[in-house]
Amino acid sequence: MRTFLQGMHTVMRRELAAYFATPVAWVFIVIFTVLAAAFTFYLGGFYQRGLADLEPFFRFHPWLYLFLVPALAMRLWAEERKSGTIELLLTLPITISQAIVGKFLAAWLFLGLALALTFPIWFTVNYLGDPDNGSILAAYIGSWLMAGAFLAIGSCISALTRNQVVAFILAVVVSFGFLLSGLPLVLDAFRGWLSQGFVDGIANLSLIAHFDAISRGVLDLRDLIYFALVIGFWLLANLIILQLRKAD
Amino acid sequence: MIEARSLSRHYGDLVAVDGISFTVETGQVLGFLGPNGAGKSTTMKILTGFLPPTSGTAVINGHDIISDSLAVRREIGYLPEGAPLYGEMSVIKFLQFVAHARGYRRAEANSKATKAADRLNLGHVLQQRIDTLSKGYKRRVGLAQAVLHDPQVLILDEPTDGLDPNQKHEVRELISTMSENRIIVISTHILEEVDALCNRAMIIAGGKLVADDTPTGLIERSRYHNAVTLSVDNLQAAASALSNLPEAAKVEVRDDEITVFPEPDSQLLASVNRVIAEQGWQVNALRLEAGRLDEVFRTITSEVEQLEELA
Ligand SMILES: Nc1ncnc2c1ncn2[C@@H]1O[C@H](COP(=O)(O)OP(=O)(O)OP(=O)(O)O)[C@@H](O)[C@H]1O
Ligand SMILES: [Mg+2]
Repeated sequence: MRTFLQGMHTVMRRELAAYFATPVAWVFIVIFTVLAAAFTFYLGGFYQRGLADLEPFFRFHPWLYLFLVPALAMRLWAEERKSGTIELLLTLPITISQAIVGKFLAAWLFLGLALALTFPIWFTVNYLGDPDNGSILAAYIGSWLMAGAFLAIGSCISALTRNQVVAFILAVVVSFGFLLSGLPLVLDAFRGWLSQGFVDGIANLSLIAHFDAISRGVLDLRDLIYFALVIGFWLLANLIILQLRKAD
Repeated sequence: MIEARSLSRHYGDLVAVDGISFTVETGQVLGFLGPNGAGKSTTMKILTGFLPPTSGTAVINGHDIISDSLAVRREIGYLPEGAPLYGEMSVIKFLQFVAHARGYRRAEANSKATKAADRLNLGHVLQQRIDTLSKGYKRRVGLAQAVLHDPQVLILDEPTDGLDPNQKHEVRELISTMSENRIIVISTHILEEVDALCNRAMIIAGGKLVADDTPTGLIERSRYHNAVTLSVDNLQAAASALSNLPEAAKVEVRDDEITVFPEPDSQLLASVNRVIAEQGWQVNALRLEAGRLDEVFRTITSEVEQLEELA
């Protein structure tokens, strides 16, 4: 276990440093925080609602992540393939799982940082009113978990190709599917020919359905388990893909 | 010890490596030679655990490359083809990363990284971003990374590609000084390099091992081995006089030189000298040929290509 953590930590540190050695980190953070604020104030009607909570802020996170997380995740493996450094990395005494988890955690921590840098909006709501800060914290944690789910999807898909553009587009499409699967529009399409159990299953896969309660500040254990499972599933798929075709 | 047991690797229908077996003992510096696409890099990728073989396996210092890949990777230092590196890192940060990945901690990792950089004369570019280095420097960073942990087995895919003559010389010196008590496998297209560095040479063509010998042994296979080349004023007359020698199997005239090829086990040089003295030729140059590696290389590999075309 100790050696697992060491190898993972080595990869994670390198990755984190790489974000800040390139414009990726700053561009991402600026765009993320600006868009998050813009959605909240313009689309969410933050002031008009007259309520002291951050629901209009969190409500748009799934849509923000839909495009921004694949943009962050697309380089994770595609870039290593393209530049050939995957051969360097995986012939060091580092296992594929250490590399996957290390890279994932680096990107996830980075997303956590971007999320934390939206704190002015939390200041604002505390200045304007008297919100339930416990709920806000819960929503932040939930949002970060959801970002992890998007990230795991993006990481896995990035391992399929050496082309970052392809990785980005595929990840957006797959993530979009995960987002939409809970909307009535999609469920109605399935309702005609699948049993109710299946339709409920599909609805249950939806990121939106699980995020809905979270964005209102309710952290349910089932939602936490759901996000953990989604992350675990996609990282496992990532592992299998790399094991089968790391050298292609 | 490296023991490759009928290694094969297929890419779809293409057979990149086709049942290669060999063993390499400690102290050997093995050179892989072969035309482009012969399967040299593929073989190295298999040995370093990056690419799983389609069939066969290899055992390196007692560790199987498939079932015990991590142990194999600990023993090996590897320079992949083209020396891929993390361009956004500085040289020293990159070497420290490799040291950490190899299990060294803090101070030890830093000292390993600095030592490796010193070995490859990278001292003055330590803080420079790798992607702003020239090609030759990048190659040296790749080599520093490979030797950082003083590995028992060193596998270098075209280590001197892109280096200037001085650096080529430096890298060859480094490989020579490291060769004791170690196994070094290099691939190269520079034939003199094999002669200068290796005590064993393998020629791979079409994924098959087609020659396994010492560099001297390979050179002796050349038809130029023990041939005599000379340059005289009257080429044509001299050529016909030399072709009458019983020791001469064949005489070729090219540019302003005559090359006389010997009959097996004959003392050609002595006879040529005798003729020169008898005829009183004005000789501008005279040399006994050791053999030409490039000619051996072409002969051996073109046979394989012809066979493949027939098949
Ligand atoms: N990922 C891959 N997919 C399909 N074919 C491949 C792949 N990698 C290598 N090959 C093929 O395998 C064969 C052997 O390639 P390899 O790189 O081992 O040659 P090499 O001897 O190192 O050549 P060079 O001297 O040019 O470096 C070539 O025909 C190459 O096209
Ligand atoms: Mg090659």
